[in-house]
Amino acid sequence: MADLLTLPNVLAAAILVSLQAYVLFGGADFGAGMWDLLARGPRREFQRTLIAKAIGPIWEANHVWFVLAVVVLFSCFPPAFAMLTTELHVPLSLMLVGIVLRGTAFVFRSADERRDAVQRRWGLVFSLSSVFTPLLLGICAGAIASGAVARAAQMTGASFTGRFIVPWTSPFILGVGAFTLALFAFLAAVYLTVEAEGHEPLQEDFRRRALGAAVAVFACAAATLVLSRRYDPGMTHTLVNSPWAVPLQLLTGIAAVGAILALVTRRFRVARLAAGAQVSLIVWGWALDIFPSIIPGALTIMEAASPAGTLRATLIVLAVGAVILLPSLAYLFRIFKSRPSAFERLEDLSADV
Amino acid sequence: MSDLLAARSQMAMSLGFHIVFAMLGIGLPLLMVIAEWRHLRTGDPVYLELAKRWAKGTTILFAVGAVSGTVLSLELGLLFPGFMKFAGAMIGMPFSLEGFAFFLEGIFLGVYLYGWKRISPRAHLGAGVLVALGGVMSGIFVVMANAWMNAPTGFAMRDGVPVDIDPLAALRSAAVLPQTLHMTLAAYASTGFGVAGIHAFMLLRNNGVHFHRLALGVALAMAVPAAVAQPLVGDFAARFVAQTQPMKLAALEGQFITERGAPLRIGGWPDMERAETRMALEIPGGLSWLAYRDADAEVRGLDQVPRADWPPVPVVHIAFQVMVALGFYMAFVALWAAWRAVRRRPIAEHRGLLWALVAAAPMGFIATEAGWVVTEVGRQPWVVQGVLRTADAVTPMPGLIVPFLGFTLLYVFLSVVVVYLLRRQVTASPASSEGDGHRTAATGARTSGGPTAHG
Ligand code: HDD
Ligand code: HEM
Ligand code: HEM
Repeated sequence: MADLLTLPNVLAAAILVSLQAYVLFGGADFGAGMWDLLARGPRREFQRTLIAKAIGPIWEANHVWFVLAVVVLFSCFPPAFAMLTTELHVPLSLMLVGIVLRGTAFVFRSADERRDAVQRRWGLVFSLSSVFTPLLLGICAGAIASGAVARAAQMTGASFTGRFIVPWTSPFILGVGAFTLALFAFLAAVYLTVEAEGHEPLQEDFRRRALGAAVAVFACAAATLVLSRRYDPGMTHTLVNSPWAVPLQLLTGIAAVGAILALVTRRFRVARLAAGAQVSLIVWGWALDIFPSIIPGALTIMEAASPAGTLRATLIVLAVGAVILLPSLAYLFRIFKSRPSAFERLEDLSADV
Repeated sequence: MSDLLAARSQMAMSLGFHIVFAMLGIGLPLLMVIAEWRHLRTGDPVYLELAKRWAKGTTILFAVGAVSGTVLSLELGLLFPGFMKFAGAMIGMPFSLEGFAFFLEGIFLGVYLYGWKRISPRAHLGAGVLVALGGVMSGIFVVMANAWMNAPTGFAMRDGVPVDIDPLAALRSAAVLPQTLHMTLAAYASTGFGVAGIHAFMLLRNNGVHFHRLALGVALAMAVPAAVAQPLVGDFAARFVAQTQPMKLAALEGQFITERGAPLRIGGWPDMERAETRMALEIPGGLSWLAYRDADAEVRGLDQVPRADWPPVPVVHIAFQVMVALGFYMAFVALWAAWRAVRRRPIAEHRGLLWALVAAAPMGFIATEAGWVVTEVGRQPWVVQGVLRTADAVTPMPGLIVPFLGFTLLYVFLSVVVVYLLRRQVTASPASSEGDGHRTAATGARTSGGPTAHG
């Protein structure tokens, strides 16, 4: 156990915690954007307004988790960062386009005062990029786990498509992208049931959506497993053989079933907790799967780590930062995420600029 | 266009785009805090209106700043992985600190923008102060990383790899103090004059509007001190360049030969073929004095390095002339406004000064872009001065012109939209501007099948 607590491992874990937070908070913002796209039924506009209200005050703060993960990655594991950005240039660039469009479209839409065609078009850009971006995020995660990045790095003589396109477009990796999409949609729908507290029809809308998304999550998970057996045999090997695999998958399964049961019995706050646990366990499962590598097939955490001085200094910054920022973050969430719910805030209009 | 050139262009375009929003992200929060503080002190509701207006502008601009900054953090690796692999461990510290400054800013911006009625006025003002602080700190930390690129320290080279790395050295590079000071002042001066110019324009149309008079006052309170100090700090920066990067100094002054008593050249065209700067107004001994405070000192010229290692001298020299010229103009207008204020004459009633302020509105931004061209292009062919060449740091991916053009189009499009949205903000008359997107959104929701009020 003691040899697990090395400085590089601790910083790798810090990156993971940051990614986990990004998935839990930012991922739900993406998922909410998908539900904006799929808003249906008599309460369609009302669903959209709830979504905007729920995302509004916090998307900036949620977004910084991603930036933090990137920054710690390039300070503490520079060769890994360089390899990822080189080999995954195309999907990462596309993901950036998605991030830019989504963030700006969301703000442009709410800054624009008229409810006209222009504003609806921003809504469309926002929701389409909310679909597009997580897909690419999932693809990058899949490309790392399956060893595709490492394989691409060896193809120095290959053609452009051979090195920069083909490696990350295997059916398995695309499956991971779809899985990520379904997962974010599920998470968002569950959160929105809580945001809609105080208004039952709306809550029911999102409850149905959450249950639908849960089915999609299971379907994608099954499909990826099959695809990995066919196309990336190395992947299933670790999935099944690492000593952590079985207990972790068991826990994930329990959380997933718990979330669904809670939804069925309309215990929405319990469902939120269980869904959060489920998604966190998936993120940690992904990480333990590639551990002790940072890029499987090419670099281990040890090999990629910066000198101890840099790691130690970064760790101190992270610790001090956490002491200042976690209470601030809690304050933000307390102001906006406790009662009244986003639904009740719809009435509290003058609270905004 | 070669891949290296495309990568450099994409980096330059992305940074040049981001810096505009970054500066506004530093300056606007200070403006809104000053306005809100004045409101609490004087009870004048117009100050509150101003704070809310600026806060709304900040929402739009901050979003663009945040996403374009995110692009940059990955782009450093996407375009120059060799640089990140080399320097990551050394510039990681300022960037990690910057990450926390972003967090601070992002969190309290949420509190500020959406918390008008949810927290006490004092707590609200406090949140604004933290936003302003987070903005300045982000700027300072990231410029530290750049200062390290200009004057790298804290490591030794052994067989082409950096060893004995001191992770805190980037915070102490010789270039840190002049660059961060200069950049922070640039942000305040540019935003302040930008905002002042807009309100000066509105006052030229109708100088009786109380709203625009107060706005002009707040904006100038921020811009004037910064603009007056900027040439002095610029001189300070130039002396550091003379010490740490003599070839950059030579490029920005168009100094091709090494000589004693080098003249200061104002304007002119550096001719790379003939290795001389023609048509400049020369002040004898001026450069030697400015750089070393000795009119006789020796200034090293570009002849000290091989021709192939020259940066594009005309670009650097002209960018420098533009920055200095605009800097003096802004300092002059600032002193003029200060002089009127000292004599208690309303600025809003001097049409000449108002026009001078309108003219100054874009100048800070132009000077800043020019300043960065001086810093970055003047460092070529090095990405890390004297240690790592840009050509050795670029990504092996071919076809870089495609992402360059793609991101350029995206940013052009965003710029157009932002200008359009802000115009609607500014031109809306104060009284009718209270409707907000959420309110109309919620009303729309109700008419289309949502519950009636209180559901
Ligand atoms: C409002 C904007 C603004 C104004 C009025 C000025 N500058 Fe500037 N300057 C910048 C904005 C700027 C900048 C964009 O912020 C730079 C780029 C990098 C940096 O640290 O600051 C810069 C860089 C920069 C550098 C290069 C520093 C380096 O490479 O390390 C020098 C020598 C000067 N400036 C000198 C001056 C002088 C002598 C000015 C006299 C009026 C002046 N600047 C006005
Ligand atoms: C390589 C260069 C740079 C990188 C990688 C970078 C990165 C970033 C990132 C990731 C953000 C978004 C943070 C968020 O989500 O809120 C951001 C915002 C910001 N950046 Fe940069 N940046 C760079 C250059 C600069 C420079 C030169 C300045 C100088 C003043 C600056 C000042 C700011 C400020 C003040 C913000 C926050 C305010 C806003 O978003 O409007 N950045 N930057
Ligand atoms: C926001 C203000 C900045 C602007 C407008 C700016 C502008 C530029 C320009 C014009 C270039 C191209 C130079 C050339 O290739 O001829 C460039 C390159 C570059 N800049 Fe900056 N820069 C800024 C800040 C920074 C900061 C803060 C960093 C890093 C921490 C940085 C890192 C780089 C790198 C790595 C390159 C590519 C390599 C090179 O050309 O040297 N820049 N930038």
